[in-house]
Amino acid sequence: MKKSKWFYSTPYYLWLLFFVITPVVMIFYQSFFNIEGNFTFENYQIYFTSGTYLKMTLNSVWYAFLITLITLIISYPTAYLLSKTKHKQLWLMLIVLPTWVNLLLKAYAFIGIFSTHGGVNHFLEFIGIGSRQILFTDFSFIFVAAYIEIPFMIMPIFNSLEELDPSLISASRDLGANSFETFRRVIFPLSLNGVKSGVQSVFIPALSLFMLTRLIGGNRVITLGTAIEEHFLVTQNWGMGSTIGVVLIVAMFIIMRLTNEKKRKGGPLSK
Amino acid sequence: MANQTIIAFENVSKQYDEDLVLKDINFEIEQGKFYTLLGPSGCGKTTILRLIAGFTEATQGNIYFEKKRINDIPANKRKVNTVFQDYALFPHLNVFENVAFGLRIKKMSKQAIAIKVKEVLRLVQLDCFEDREISEMSGGQRQRVAIARALANEPDVLLLDEPLSALDLKLRTNMQYELRELQQRLGITFIFVTHDQEEALAMSDEIFVMNAGQVIQSGTPVDIYDEPINRFVADFIGESNIVEGNMLADNQVEFVGQSFECVDGGMRRNEPVEVVLRPEDLTITSPERGKLVVEVDTQLFRGVHYEIICYDQAGNEWMVHSTKKAKVGSKVGLFFEPEDIHVMRFNETEEEFDARLESYEEE
Repeated sequence: MKKSKWFYSTPYYLWLLFFVITPVVMIFYQSFFNIEGNFTFENYQIYFTSGTYLKMTLNSVWYAFLITLITLIISYPTAYLLSKTKHKQLWLMLIVLPTWVNLLLKAYAFIGIFSTHGGVNHFLEFIGIGSRQILFTDFSFIFVAAYIEIPFMIMPIFNSLEELDPSLISASRDLGANSFETFRRVIFPLSLNGVKSGVQSVFIPALSLFMLTRLIGGNRVITLGTAIEEHFLVTQNWGMGSTIGVVLIVAMFIIMRLTNEKKRKGGPLSK
Repeated sequence: MANQTIIAFENVSKQYDEDLVLKDINFEIEQGKFYTLLGPSGCGKTTILRLIAGFTEATQGNIYFEKKRINDIPANKRKVNTVFQDYALFPHLNVFENVAFGLRIKKMSKQAIAIKVKEVLRLVQLDCFEDREISEMSGGQRQRVAIARALANEPDVLLLDEPLSALDLKLRTNMQYELRELQQRLGITFIFVTHDQEEALAMSDEIFVMNAGQVIQSGTPVDIYDEPINRFVADFIGESNIVEGNMLADNQVEFVGQSFECVDGGMRRNEPVEVVLRPEDLTITSPERGKLVVEVDTQLFRGVHYEIICYDQAGNEWMVHSTKKAKVGSKVGLFFEPEDIHVMRFNETEEEFDARLESYEEE
């Protein structure tokens, strides 16, 4: 029994070792070397004292926050409606479908749509507003990032709404609550776990977006992701890049802690 | 204000897609009584409860609450509360907040809420449990919280949807007493849904026996047990021996080739009927003294009594409940009194049944 358990879990542990633990250890190790290859704490010192890096961090957090917020505002009502429609699986499929398309392709598609002679500007000209700069703006960056992240927000929220026992809604109505009160006091609190995992799966990747910042944001938006890319591929300062990586990993753990805390305090939500 | 009708159904039908789950239901519920809707699963009893609570709409007919038609009034505006089968307690709220849910909606003051919650929790013997999480409560305790939550709203009618089905036997029997007592103390109407005939008999003032979307028979537990209207009711409520017979004349019925004195009448001469004899009304005696001679086939010890299965010469099965043992394979006599014989006509409706009962009882 024990033997077979080990046998089946071997691929998982190997994966964990080679693709999760080793890279993290390597990044951590690398972050203590400067560009000449000498052991140093300099990288962290630079990171936490230079205005550029701190501003960049703040920028990243701010954009990630905006992206998460917008995604959430769009996704919650969508997931709610979705959980009430008849052909749930079909609609869900349509929402998940875009995630099958490569990110780069989607980014290029948006370049086409948003460019000076793209579809949106054609439309704006047609209705008389006239064409304007859309690509390489904060708006287009956040718009496209939110578009890409929406399915990852909808899925967990939808699942938590699906798991909700319908008799709880009946009970709420029975006790005198109208639809709004029922939503506020029963549906929303019970779907909060879905919202939390949605926020986790959107906020953390949004912190380190780099391709979109370049292709859609036109490098106007510099996030930590962009900085890492620059350090590894352009300036070849792997130490500094790794330092930023470590900061991101720590930030990720903080977010996880923050979004999971309440669940533990409130006791298990299952029956 | 006793005996006042609080809920009335008038020709109510309910259809789900193609399925007609309720067929032309008519009944009246009086204030302050304990009603039970009894029937096998899928007979429509829960649908009636949902119609009263407002979770579903009638396809046809009218539902009245205190003489006002309530078909179009949403659930949250009705003065009824429900205890759900799976309790439907809010898992994200503790006991206090669950019970206070309806009161908060009503925007009662904090103080008033605290007093009321304490009061109803004491009523269901859950004082000092206010701060517990629902996940920390046992099945029986959750049940009480669900009752307290419903009662906190001071409903005119409390609906209970098989609330005891998830409890173990001992707890279930205790809760039967408690629910009955609670209902009598509060004096509000209880409508209880169950498929358990013992529960129904033990607690109710009035039972509605249902099958296939219709109310087959309604009456007090004693009436229904002693005078089942047809084979379904006789079979569903308690154990029964049912054999085919012939009504020779008033107070004279023939079955298993013999003629017996009975107390039923008002039927046609030689009308084919069904005869019910309850297992506990049959006494085992010697073949000479018995009214029927049967052979003992099997015997089970049930604790309170032996359940003895016998067969007569015609091959009819007779179940006897006796505190005395019988010998398997032996021939014994069965003795019963004329009033132990219950005669049922085929396809008789409840109104016809009541009318006939009245007609010959007056004579």
